[in-house]
Amino acid sequence: MAMLRESQIMKIHYITGIAALFVVAVHILMRLIIPFSLSLEYENVIANYHNIPYVVLLESILVLIAIHGFNGLRVILLELRQSKAWEDGVTILTIVAMMAVIAYGTRTIIVANGSGF
Amino acid sequence: MTEQIIEKIEKIEKKHGKKETVRSSIVLKVYRANRRAGESVHYNSIEVPVQRWTTVLDALLYAKAYKDKSIAIRYSCRMASCGSCGMKINGIPRLACYTKVSELEGSTITVEPLANFPHIRDLVTDFSQFFSHHRDMRPYIQNDEADIKDRAKLSEFMQSPEDLDKFLQFSYCIKCGLCYSACPTVATDTKFPGPQALSQAYRYFIDNRDAAGKERENIVDDRHGIWRCHFAGSCSSVCPKGVDPALGIQLLRGHLLGFSKNEKKVADLRERPKRD
Repeated sequence: MAMLRESQIMKIHYITGIAALFVVAVHILMRLIIPFSLSLEYENVIANYHNIPYVVLLESILVLIAIHGFNGLRVILLELRQSKAWEDGVTILTIVAMMAVIAYGTRTIIVANGSGF
Repeated sequence: MTEQIIEKIEKIEKKHGKKETVRSSIVLKVYRANRRAGESVHYNSIEVPVQRWTTVLDALLYAKAYKDKSIAIRYSCRMASCGSCGMKINGIPRLACYTKVSELEGSTITVEPLANFPHIRDLVTDFSQFFSHHRDMRPYIQNDEADIKDRAKLSEFMQSPEDLDKFLQFSYCIKCGLCYSACPTVATDTKFPGPQALSQAYRYFIDNRDAAGKERENIVDDRHGIWRCHFAGSCSSVCPKGVDPALGIQLLRGHLLGFSKNEKKVADLRERPKRD
């Protein structure tokens, strides 16, 4: 069941955490270019989704936070019970949930971008 | 590093010794339970005469000798060397033989068995799981170069004082289990080896006489291994020997993440002088 060593998983966990801090900071700074309430107006939000570098930023926020967050959840759940079935179940569940969140978020980005569906 | 450890121990002693109070007697509130005999948990309050130098173990032994012979305690050396008399004293894991009653606040001293250990009776806990975690770390030098079977070939390793300093503080561990009892991760995860075992893994990992670094990495790099440490640091603050298990865990983590490379060159064997 172990495809990656725990040290490799934790290395990914730390890297995604640090990278997420950076991309979220850029995302928040982008909100401050124009007045905050104006930046959340429909036309401006859609315009953001048509800006490819910004789309890449949003997708990276989604992927980084999903990986970091769901691994954090896995770590918490692993401590609750100690059995092989629970550990494998938690690992599979968090990977599936992570992929579902990334897929749904990516779909939203693509739809808002107007390039598909 | 040795000087730093001595300074640290002095600091801890100073911290504990700051509020020394001289009393003629104290009340020992002793945790009593014998689950096997169906006895539920209760506390016995026993008044014990004390001197300035009386330790909690002395007070308990007085209570056992003159007030209640049925109190179960585990102890041996009475000088903080064997690590047998670990217990919670006023809620903090401490060695009873190394804690003077004059260092403690209040005239009532509560003594309870160590947390995170299966309870046997009164102040005695079961250390088998703790020792099993320690054994899992293979706490001994593994080196194929060193022939220990053929006495004629027995030789020494060359080790510098700098090499020794890397692991010396961790070798002061007396396996008293105080760090294990204070660890919040052990409280929830029974498979977690605990600070003692992990710091011993580092102690042998960094020892340049040992050549089984990779094997030890594989043992601790597990779902319930070194990564489950929350770095609360309580293990280091309760250690009666000034060992810093939290430091050992973080240093080993650094090696596993590749931040600090194990540039350890396995020590050479000293050439045996030729005999005619």
